[in-house]
Amino acid sequence: MKDFGFGIKKSNVIDLDKTDWTFLREIAAEEPSFLHCFFCGTCTATCSAGKYTGFNLRRLQLLIRRGQFDEVAERVSECMLCGKCQWVCPKGVNTRHVVTLINKKLHARKIR
Amino acid sequence: MEDTIVILGGGPAGMEAALSLAGRGHKVYIVEKTGSLGGHLSRWDRLFPQQEPAQDILEELLNGIRKADDKIEVIYNAQVQSVKRRMRGLEVMLSNQQLLLVDALLVCCGFELFRAERKEEYGYGIYENVLTSADLEDRFKNRKVLCSDGRVPERVAFVHCVGSRDEKVDHTYCSKVCCVTAVKQACEIKELYPQTEVFNLYMDLRMFDRYFEQMYHKAQSQYGVHFVRGRLSEVSETADGKLQIKTEDTLLGRPMKLTVDMLVLMTGMQACAQTGELSEKLDIKVSPSDHFFETKDLFLKGNYAHAKGVFLAGACTGPKSLPDTLQDARSAAESIHRYLTD
Repeated sequence: MKDFGFGIKKSNVIDLDKTDWTFLREIAAEEPSFLHCFFCGTCTATCSAGKYTGFNLRRLQLLIRRGQFDEVAERVSECMLCGKCQWVCPKGVNTRHVVTLINKKLHARKIR
Repeated sequence: MEDTIVILGGGPAGMEAALSLAGRGHKVYIVEKTGSLGGHLSRWDRLFPQQEPAQDILEELLNGIRKADDKIEVIYNAQVQSVKRRMRGLEVMLSNQQLLLVDALLVCCGFELFRAERKEEYGYGIYENVLTSADLEDRFKNRKVLCSDGRVPERVAFVHCVGSRDEKVDHTYCSKVCCVTAVKQACEIKELYPQTEVFNLYMDLRMFDRYFEQMYHKAQSQYGVHFVRGRLSEVSETADGKLQIKTEDTLLGRPMKLTVDMLVLMTGMQACAQTGELSEKLDIKVSPSDHFFETKDLFLKGNYAHAKGVFLAGACTGPKSLPDTLQDARSAAESIHRYLTD
């Protein structure tokens, strides 16, 4: 049959009714400073990986709060764990520990 | 000879100014339009930033007024009918036909809460589980915040800036206290019902004053309140009687929807209904931009109205927190004292 190019697009809407917060709470239990982030973006502004890839730690921290794990899994490996973000974070978030925890939890859930 | 001052409005500003003026030896009349003192304070349960009971603050003010009854006279259920200028001072005729001859007049008529019905898309007065921040305070007083069917809400969302920063309702200004009140109330819901998920929908979080940022930090880290930067577009009721709300998560740049059992609208402050009428009677100015009374300047004459012997204090000159209002009242008393003794 001829392909007319029609298809079904995945919704772009974040549905907080279907959000799984266990991921967020597991990370917060092991690294409480994860909850301190107020999304200023200083981490992203200083990030070396972010200059060459789509890595954005501010966005990643938010995506976890919104249950968008696919995008987290897609991006988290771009972090080089250099820790510059941790130096500049005004809220004292232990960012490297957060990234390693994200990796660990993604593996445990077989999302990565 | 002792000087006489009339204060219009018996809310916190009027009471505190009366106490300051009486303490300086002046005679004070408080003209209160309702049958009791206290204004909006009497409706509140606990106060930010440290959860002090509003009742304690109110009682202390009322006790002060009672003790100073030789200097302070409260006239209830009355308003200003007309004002005449005399050689020195003013002649104030009240709605109860009482005539006051005074040396100075202090306007403390405060604010009104924005009528949330005006934002029809937010469903106040249409859906039973849409409340205002003031309605919620009433429920906190009884330590019970339940949905209309008697259930404990599993999900509650707070909407910031309702009737503030909104050209559609001609209120382009920030009401200052709603952000911190929303954070306070979000934490209080979590204290009452730890299992309830709480969401705050904000445009900016304006945690400007002492201890406010700590409250926000606590809301995030201790109570796990969800903060979403985005303004509510509309609310609709679902088939099972819940409320579906739509916003944009502007930090992710994606539309967002969620269903909640209860929606709390953080209604802002607006100038009280008598502002226009009073400004004509007293020949003082109202700001065309926000409709609150205008002061002579914002620095050294912050309590002077644009007419001799007329002063302003409290939220009638723009949104103020309670500490700001009380300080403004004391500052007005000082200005009046200087004016009278000059």
